[in-house]
Amino acid sequence: MNMNMNPNILVAAGIDPARAVPPHAAGTAGTPALSLRNFNFYYGKFHAIKNVSMDIQEKRVTAFIGPSGCGKSTLLRALNRMYDLYPDQRAEGELLFHGGNLLDRHVDLLDLRARIGMVFQKPTPFPMSIYDNIAFGVRMHENLTRAEMDERVEWALSKAALWNEVKDILTRNGASLSGGQQQRLCIARGIAVKPEVLLLDEPTSALDPISTAKIEELVSELKHEFTIAIVTHNMQQAARVSDFTAYMYLGELMEFGVTSQIFLKPARKETEDYITGRFG
Amino acid sequence: MNRRAWRKLVNRLAIGASVAAMAFGLAWLLSILWNVISLGVGELGWALFTQMTPAPGSQGGLANAIFGSALMVGVATLLGTPIGILAGIYLAEYGARSWLANVTRFVNDMLLSAPSIVIGLFVYAVMVATVGNFSGWAGIVALTLLMLPVVIRTTENMLLLVPNSLREAAIALGAPRWRVITSVTLRAARAGVITGVLLAVARISGETAPLLFTSLSNQFWSTDLNAPMANLPVTIFKFAMSPYEDWQRLAWAGVFLITMGVLVLNILARTLFKDELKR
Amino acid sequence: MAASPTSASVPGPNRQGLQDLIFKWTTWFFAVFVLLVMAGIIVSLVISAWPSIERFGFGFLTSSEWNPPKERFGALVPAYGTIVTSVIALIIAVPVSFGIALFLTELSPRWLKRPLGTAIELLAAIPSIVYGMWGLLVFAPIFGQYVQPWLTATLGHVPGIGILFSGPPIGIGLLCAGVILAIMIIPFIASVMRDVFELTPPMLKESAYGLGATTWEVMSKVVLPYTRAGTIGGIMLGLGRALGETMAVTFVIGNTNLLQSFSLYQSGNSITSALANEFSEASPGLHTAALIELGLILFIITLMVLAASKLMLSRMARAEGSKS
Repeated sequence: MNMNMNPNILVAAGIDPARAVPPHAAGTAGTPALSLRNFNFYYGKFHAIKNVSMDIQEKRVTAFIGPSGCGKSTLLRALNRMYDLYPDQRAEGELLFHGGNLLDRHVDLLDLRARIGMVFQKPTPFPMSIYDNIAFGVRMHENLTRAEMDERVEWALSKAALWNEVKDILTRNGASLSGGQQQRLCIARGIAVKPEVLLLDEPTSALDPISTAKIEELVSELKHEFTIAIVTHNMQQAARVSDFTAYMYLGELMEFGVTSQIFLKPARKETEDYITGRFG
Repeated sequence: MNRRAWRKLVNRLAIGASVAAMAFGLAWLLSILWNVISLGVGELGWALFTQMTPAPGSQGGLANAIFGSALMVGVATLLGTPIGILAGIYLAEYGARSWLANVTRFVNDMLLSAPSIVIGLFVYAVMVATVGNFSGWAGIVALTLLMLPVVIRTTENMLLLVPNSLREAAIALGAPRWRVITSVTLRAARAGVITGVLLAVARISGETAPLLFTSLSNQFWSTDLNAPMANLPVTIFKFAMSPYEDWQRLAWAGVFLITMGVLVLNILARTLFKDELKR
Repeated sequence: MAASPTSASVPGPNRQGLQDLIFKWTTWFFAVFVLLVMAGIIVSLVISAWPSIERFGFGFLTSSEWNPPKERFGALVPAYGTIVTSVIALIIAVPVSFGIALFLTELSPRWLKRPLGTAIELLAAIPSIVYGMWGLLVFAPIFGQYVQPWLTATLGHVPGIGILFSGPPIGIGLLCAGVILAIMIIPFIASVMRDVFELTPPMLKESAYGLGATTWEVMSKVVLPYTRAGTIGGIMLGLGRALGETMAVTFVIGNTNLLQSFSLYQSGNSITSALANEFSEASPGLHTAALIELGLILFIITLMVLAASKLMLSRMARAEGSKS
């Protein structure tokens, strides 16, 4: 029955069925950038993520899907230890990055976050100029000359496909941009630090369809240089942009594999039900 | 009269009383402003700003009092603003719901409404009684202590209005906490914090009671902060309570200056804050 | 962990961590500074007042004698003045503030709300010395010439309270101070009342209007009971202000340390006016100590009133929070 899934859903989702199984299969080709081993997460007493183990492949896009409250955003936020801001949240298990466990108490969080960047649901331009928005993070980690900084700002804005729109208004306040531009500004700000991993937490949920398409294009572009993990509510989006998909439900990792595999012939009935819209 | 007519009548009376109350409140504001302007504006002139406070019956101005007030309020603002902002940052960004932060918040609210004359007594006991003379510094300390609670309170409230997502975004870039606070959070709350400082300056520039026991007053021009220092409020108090008509006229001029200064600061603070909310 | 690719130019994590710690503890220090100020006020006032506390004990509160040359001091007259003027102020200010808050929340046209609200808040911003001087030179003469004779002619004949409105109408005195205080605290009480009234859920008001209730009925039977804690908190805040107000009272209370009758027309003294008038000229020793003890008593009373106010208002805020 699983095998009989209608391939039209893939077409509708923008996936070419012929390309459905990419050459690199999960866990074989490529190297993992981040590895979770028996990862657990708690909000106070509430057990939000249960025993997840998985690899996030280097220079690939990994999408996390699942119904609201399944823990996908929680998992993503744990990857650069955002939870450290809140005293009653904690993680257990292992989160391996270059052979070290990021959950270790002695990890330098500032350095960690320079290497694992994050973009949030809603655009969060800082109350300063567009230029300073980009330079803010860079100044934290590097001492650049004025010329080098100009170059870096242009590089990041070009990468985020925003340079042409803002090159003449760099001194204007970041908040004066449109919502889609603001979100690309935030992505530019994130990549300006030159992280290895970029975490995107539902980056298009507050945007219109045109801006969404631009950001999706951007993600496909950026994966040549960065490892990307993206949380999304939008199944088509996951199918369109990701190489691997993780389906989570009630804090557990239900299924994880090559995206086309997950969408074409999911191994579990629950995944199929969610993907075909029978619930969620 | 039936029940419904009775209810309607009661309602009309209540509404009438409410309108009357509003008019009552506004009438005081208008009549005070009218008197202050009409009695004060005529006394304005070059001499007011250039001559010293006179002996009764002779010519003079308020130059030394205006200078003393400006100096003490200015120094108090320079001291009180950073202290208040830092304490406000602790309450909003670090302390949050901790025991210490809750107690500090409570005590700060007490100080916000505590009688200002008691602050004067405190500074007298600590700085005047021990040294043996009234001084400009004592006045400055009293004014600083009076402005602190206002700045602390508004800074905290304004920082709490900054969405958490902004903090998280800055932290996700690997910025250390203190940089996040100083260059992102505080910056986002800038207009509100400045509003708080302006309101605090407005508050202390009219304060009289705490200066009576600290800086006292001085008939002459003095820039020595270790000596008693002239200031507008205490001079107004002395002149208005006196039986001499020329002193009373100078007092009206002083009251005019203070009232206008305070009102301008208040209106400035409000417009600034309103513009920020619109943006 | 592998070295960061950019680590060559990174300011060391240790330095950043240290700066972070220094910043955090600086803010902590200034927050604790607030507590130190409060403790400092209480301790220094107790120490400075100690000669008087030791000498007069509880008798300080019950004696009406205030005699600097003989060094005999009692707090009764100023305490009486403080309490009487504050009570007069509340009797006038509470209903007026309620009316203003009712107008601002329910009756005012939308476009008038903001300017009127601002006007009321400006009334609160005017320094008290302006009220005092205006009260002495403008209000008191009018009050003595027109209002007091009229009060004597009307309320003065009511058995029981007639005594309060007897005596020569000279303008300044306890009643005049109470009225000026009322004008001063109206804006405080009115703005708190307005703010708490606006916390009433619109659904609650709409359902009452939906049953055919009049504006007044909605206000008195729905809004007021719903916001009772906050309203009382606002009144307490106003009381705290009235008790501690100095200049407005000092100008118009008359400044005499004698109690001759229960008439509200007579001159008196409040704790704050006694301090303002006598302190800078008091001889060091018992006279100063007695004045500081007055200040201490005032401080403790206002702290209790303000704490009660704060508790009421936070209970209101909590009730509001738990519903949303």
